[in-house]
Formats: sequence, structure tokens, C-alpha cells
Amino acid sequence: MIAFKEIVERFAELESGELSRWVENRWIVPEADGGQENERWVFHEVDVARVELILDIRREFALDDETMSLVLGLLDQVYSLRRQMRRLCHALESQSPEIRDAIRKALPPAGENGG
Amino acid sequence: MATQTPYEVLGVNKDASADEIRKAYRKLAKQFHPDLNPGKPEAEARFKSISTAYDLLSDPEKRGRYDRGEIDESGAERPRYSYRPHAEGAQGWKYRPEGEFDPADLDDLFEMFGRGGQGGGARRGGQAGSRDFQMPGADRHFTLTIDFVTAATGGKQRLALSEDEWLDVTIPPGIDDRQVLRLKGKGGPGFGGGPPGDALIEVHVAPHPWFRREGDDIHMELPVSLAEAVLGARVPVATVTGPVTMTIPKGSDTGTQLRLRGKGIRRKRRGAETAGDQYVTLKVVIGASGDPELANFLEEWAKQHPTDPRRGIGGGTTEGAAAA
Repeated sequence: MIAFKEIVERFAELESGELSRWVENRWIVPEADGGQENERWVFHEVDVARVELILDIRREFALDDETMSLVLGLLDQVYSLRRQMRRLCHALESQSPEIRDAIRKALPPAGENGG
Repeated sequence: MATQTPYEVLGVNKDASADEIRKAYRKLAKQFHPDLNPGKPEAEARFKSISTAYDLLSDPEKRGRYDRGEIDESGAERPRYSYRPHAEGAQGWKYRPEGEFDPADLDDLFEMFGRGGQGGGARRGGQAGSRDFQMPGADRHFTLTIDFVTAATGGKQRLALSEDEWLDVTIPPGIDDRQVLRLKGKGGPGFGGGPPGDALIEVHVAPHPWFRREGDDIHMELPVSLAEAVLGARVPVATVTGPVTMTIPKGSDTGTQLRLRGKGIRRKRRGAETAGDQYVTLKVVIGASGDPELANFLEEWAKQHPTDPRRGIGGGTTEGAAAA
């Protein structure tokens, strides 16, 4: 559990107004807590890592809010796919060697089907 | 947690200039210097933190690293949060895009992987071992120079892939200079049963002595004699598909442009054949300027037909130019 203030203190280039805007944009999704104003939110490590990611991207590429939304949307899709891919891989790993072999044979070579 | 940032210690804004930081430091250093505050340990502690803060903020590199969260206020390295492990972990789930499919629904999963799946990509999981590892072969890159006419009409061109490996490359009609052709499966061999890579061939089109391309049209300049231009003629003209006969209308001149319909680049677009045109621009070549008969004739003719081809180019009249 990390407080709003701790995040702003950690990153000198981050203004508290920015962080609350990011929360309103739903770029960062903290948990609601009982406090007032900015202290009504509490954050997890994934949120801090995401703040750091947004700051990195913004610094490197000088993106405006609209483009940042697009970039984050695409990143979230990639990570979503990777999560699903991982689930599928785990499921495949737990199969018997015969089944895994059959699946491997059924896979078209990379590059076919426009892949 | 309640540690002050170096900016707070010096009482400056986050965007303070180097000058402002130096001034703030000097002022505070004087105020809290241990020599000026003997017997006051709190002043000494304050002085230390002021020095540490100044040390960090006066060095642009350290200040930048601090601002980016790479080091803390004492200058010590901070562990960096890498987003990926979080995003792929359980916590990352909350940032899933809206409409992410329900992973319990296998139909969705198979549909998704059936459509643009990366096939036998690299495996994870250790126990499977390297015999399971499949990778497509590397792409190989080549360049191939072809002549202008082959580029226009299409054809076959032989390409050496290695010392003893040849490939007849089919050139589609109308290929552009520096266009890249991809030949599936002609790259490096695949790994562990993976498919071979592709050959990527960058085609260079050599310039032609008289043809020039503009899109699907061919342009050329055609020399004609004075008599052909004045009296008209039928003359042979080269096209990319062979010579044709063209009529030069009576009273043509240098710069007259004639069109040979359909003699440009022919190609199939979505089943329908399209063709560009060839544009021929005439260039009158007298070729017999030293001929006394022509000179005699022109002497009389010019007296009765004064013309000034330079009118409007701003050089003045012919007489005026001669006088200058």
C-alpha cells in the first residue's frame, strides 16, 4: 500500500496535479481508501511501476496526453495477450507428451496464414 | 518517508535554475555553518543536509537522475520498478483492456490463436528441451540491377544467391526502382524444423539512354529533321515493347508532344489490365545548317517572315539585343 504523496515525492518530475489527472484518465487505477482529496487513493507496486513507465515514455518521446492514451491502450493489449499466451502455455505444458506433440504438429509454420 | 527532498532542504522549486540553487545554498550555508553556530548540533545536522542537497542538485547529471527517480536524496541508487513483471503478474490484470476475452472460454482462445498465431514460436518451460525449439530461418538480403525495359515490361532475371546457387527472379511489370521483392522460403534454413526465412531482393532499375518513366507513362525525346517537322512524316519510334510507326503531323515543332496510347506500362490491377501511354516530345534537328541552298532559301524567306522566337523571355527585341 503506497500513498499518493509517496509517489509524488519519489519522482521529482511528477507534479501531484499530474498524478491525479492520470488517475482521472484511468491511466493509473489505485484503490479507493477512506481519506480526503488525494489521500483517498492507495496504490500498489504495479501502479508505481506504471507511473515510472509513463514518465519514461513521456520523457523519451515527448508525448501529449492523447498519444499517451493510445500508447497505454496498445501496451495494455500487448500485456493482455502475453498474459493469455502464458495461461495457454501453462495449460499445454500440463498435457501428456502425446498431446503436446499432436498440437505441435498441428501448428502451421510461422509465417503462414499471414502470421 | 517524511524525508525532505533536496529541493525542500534548499527551499527552492523543482524547476529552479542552477543559479537559484547556488544562491539558496550560499545563504543557508552561511546561516547554519558549524563555525558560526558553535555548540548547536542541530545547526550542524542541518548544514550537513544542506551540503548533501546542494551536492546533488548542483550536478546536472545527479539532479537529472534524482528527478527521474533513479537515485534517492542521499544519492544512493534506487531499485527501478520494471513494469513488465507487474503487468504480466496478477496485479497487471486490472489494466486489461476492456473486452479482454474470458480465458475460460476456450473457443475464443483457439479462434484467436488459429488466426494470426505465431505458430511454433520459442517455447518456455524448461523441461521440453532444445529438440522442441523451433525458429524460422533468417531472411537474406540481395540487390539486383535490371535494365529499364525489363522493369517496364516485366520478365525474368537471374540472381546469384551464392557461388553455386541461382535463382530466376520474376520481375512484375512496372516495378519501381528500389522496390523490394520477397521470395518466400529462399532465405536461411529454419532451426529445429522451423520454416526457412525469405529472400528480400531490392531491385535497382538502371537508367535508359532515351526512355524515362513517370508512373506508368514513358517519356522520350525524339529528334526529327526540319523537313519532317514542317512537312509531316511517318517515322519509326522505339517503345518498351518494340518499334512502332508514328505520324508526325505537318507543322510540328520542337516541344510538340505526341502520345502513343497504351504504349506505356501494362499491368494487371485487381484482374483488370491497365496501361500507361508513351509521350514523345519532338526535337527539331536541322542537320544541314551548312547547306548553301538552304541558306539562300532562308535569306529570302526570313525577309518576308520576320519572327522572334525569344519574344517574352525578357531579352528585349532581336534588334535591341544585337545592339547591346
